[in-house]
Order: sequence, then structure tokens, then C-alpha cells
Amino acid sequence: MVRSFITYPFQFFFFVLVQVLVLNNMQFSSMINPYLYIIFLLWLPIETPKWFLLAVAFVLGIAVDMFTNTMGMHASACIFLAFCRPFILGLMAPRDGYEPNQKPGIKDFGIAWFVTYATILTLLHHLFLFYVEVFRFENFFSTLARVFASTLFTLVLIVISQYFRYNAEDRS
Amino acid sequence: MRNLIRFINKYSFFFLFLIFEALAFYLLFRHNHFQQAAFLNSTNVLAGGLYSQYSELTDYLKLKEVNDNLSQENKRLRSSKQKAFHKLYGPNYLIDDTLYKRQYLYTKAKVINNSVNKQNNYLTLSVGSLNGVKEGMGVLSPNGIAGVVNQVSQHYSTVLSVLHSRAKISVKLAHTNYFGSLQWNGENHQMGELKDIPNHVSIKVGDTVLSSGYSATFPADLVVATIESFEKIEGENFYKIKVLFTSDFKNLSQVYVVKNIRKSEQIELEEKTEEKDG
Repeated sequence: MVRSFITYPFQFFFFVLVQVLVLNNMQFSSMINPYLYIIFLLWLPIETPKWFLLAVAFVLGIAVDMFTNTMGMHASACIFLAFCRPFILGLMAPRDGYEPNQKPGIKDFGIAWFVTYATILTLLHHLFLFYVEVFRFENFFSTLARVFASTLFTLVLIVISQYFRYNAEDRS
Repeated sequence: MRNLIRFINKYSFFFLFLIFEALAFYLLFRHNHFQQAAFLNSTNVLAGGLYSQYSELTDYLKLKEVNDNLSQENKRLRSSKQKAFHKLYGPNYLIDDTLYKRQYLYTKAKVINNSVNKQNNYLTLSVGSLNGVKEGMGVLSPNGIAGVVNQVSQHYSTVLSVLHSRAKISVKLAHTNYFGSLQWNGENHQMGELKDIPNHVSIKVGDTVLSSGYSATFPADLVVATIESFEKIEGENFYKIKVLFTSDFKNLSQVYVVKNIRKSEQIELEEKTEEKDG
């Protein structure tokens, strides 16, 4: 419990930095913009209070916005993700409900569960973000294509980071 | 009353979501529509400082292209210098310096953050109000136009790149002087769209597009782009033209901020005229 007071703030800064310094500079094409930082919201423990989730999502979004000059854009998409998370977790709950201290990850629920969970939330976040970014429905399908391409890429990064995380936890 | 409280209590999560979302959209719209000095962007000390540290590191990787671009520019400047021209009329001729008065001042600036893959791209420069940079000044790259200064803090400034959905650059065709506006459609960082060229004008692939200088932001006659392809659309008065930018937005490192000394004079006069008419 005490440890999570250190690890979560550390992860927060780590993922914001990775996003703004590394991923925002990876310019494959205008099709693919991975947003790995949302993994921070996916990882928070299941019993995290809902209001706290919204507040953290807002701060996380603003932190990324500050670096990309898009004040409010990432924040609005993150809040939307935080709003959807409890419902998705509710839908995907095991028959006996969640046990205390479980974290939404591969270790506790298996890879199929985690990939489904991450896919739904990442897709929702990216849909919201990309349509707020263009703010019109003119090039509807080209935006949709960018949403799917980026979602796929973000997901690959999320699953890879999962394994890195367990490696780090096992060692400590 | 009790029912109301119970109702709010029951849906408190949803209401909290709405409040946060409203706050985010308030920030989004305020930031987009009024270019006030907002502190929450990359001109602040935290983000600007971090970006400039980071670009110290990554600049080494770009040195080759940057050198190429700069030597290209040197080549162009050298060949336009007086020494590069042969004197035709012997030693007797007069240069009257009072014919020329300085209109543009250039400030060298370093790009510390840049993107090309968003729909709305910005640059961050390591010069600010202490270097005399002001909102609305033009920014040139070594080979063309880079953008317009958007917000300024003491040591940093952000630039609305040409690769921004709201960027509109006033340009003209090199040999016919017909003017139009240069915009970006968000697809490819090398290609833009040239609008408002009437379709009775004769144009060719490869034609040069110059800055018009009408907006008083950029000097006139800078090479901005070349025509890549064009088509006439049935029933419309204007061409659909695709152009290739001469600036390499992916490789910006050194840029120049242009100050037009007579901008305020021009704008004042234009506004006065419009007021009188309207």
C-alpha cells in the first residue's frame, strides 16, 4: 500500500515524459499517433474511487496538453476514458466479482481479458480524441482509419509495457 | 427537495463527469478562439525548459540535414550578392542609398519542439519577448515559410505552423501574379493546397508559388512551394491545385523570425479605410 504512493506518481511522470519526448516525436506518417500515456489510467487498481479516477484523468490530460499546445483536448478524452472504465470493468467482472487488491492486468486476469479490456478503452479514447482534434465530420472515414491504425499501435505498446512491468515487479 | 438530493447523489458520478468534461472543453475553446497569453502551454518555464534541454541532445542527430539546408541557403544568398554580378556599364554608376529603407529585421531562432503528424501542428522556439519576438510575426525556414508566431513568453514562443488547419498564407503565382491562399489539408506534411486561383489562368506543373506580401507578415516574393498537380473541376470557378512545400517541416532546426517594421502603419491604414467604407 505504502509502495503504491511512490510507484503511481513515478509512473505518472514516466508515461507523460515518454509520451511527449519519445512518442510524440515518432513520426511514421500522419496515420499513426500512438498515445501510450493512457496506460496509466488502465493500470490503476480496480477499487480506485470513481471521483478520484476522473480527477487523475483530468490532471493527466492537462499534463500532456501542456506539452502539445492542445489545451483541453487530451484532458477531455482522458475524462471520457475514466468515465467509461467503471462500466467496462463492471461488464467484464468475473462471476464472483472482483477481489480486493486486484489490478487490471495480465497477471491477475489473463491475456485475453486484458487485451479485450485495453482494446475497448483505447478505442473509445482514440475515437473521442481524434474527432475532437479535427472537430468536424468532413473527412469522416480518413479520421476513422487514423483512429484504428493508432489504436492498434497503442495496444501493441500497452501489451509490451505490461510484460516490462511484471519483470520490474518480480525483481523488486 | 429530498428527492432532488437523492437524485443528484445517485448520479453523482455522471454529474462529476459532466463538470470535468465541461471544464476541459472550456479550456479547449478558450485556447482556440482567443489567443490570450495563457500560461498552460509549451511557452511556460516547465515545458519550455524541458524541451530546450531535450533538443540540446537530439540536435546532434539532425546536424547533417541542417548543414545541408544552411549551405543551400548560403549558395542562394551568395549568388544574389552584388559580387556575383558582372558590371555592364564600366566603373561609373551611382548607388543612391536613400532609395532603400530597411523594412524587415530578422532574428535567428532555434526550434526546440516541432511536429508534423497532428492535424494542428505547432513549433516552439527558444526566443521570446526578451528577443523582441511579438505575436503575429512571420517565421521563415531556410528554404521557405515555417509559420506565424502564436504566443510569446519571456524566453520562448510558440508558432502556428503552416501545417495547421487554421493556417492561411497569402501567396501568388510567380509569373502571372495571380494571388490565392495556401492551406494544409492535414494529410501529408510535404503537400499543401493552393486555393482561389481562377481557372482561366494558365498554369503548369512545376510553377513556383511565391509569398504575396499582402498580409505584411512575410516579405513578398519568397519561394514557398511549387505546383505538384492541378485539375479543373466542372462547374467551379477555381482550380484544385496541390503544391509541394519548399520547407522541409520534418527537419526544422534553425529558423528566422521576421519583424516587419512598417506592419502597424500598413494595418492602421487598411483598417481606417475599411471603417470609412463600412
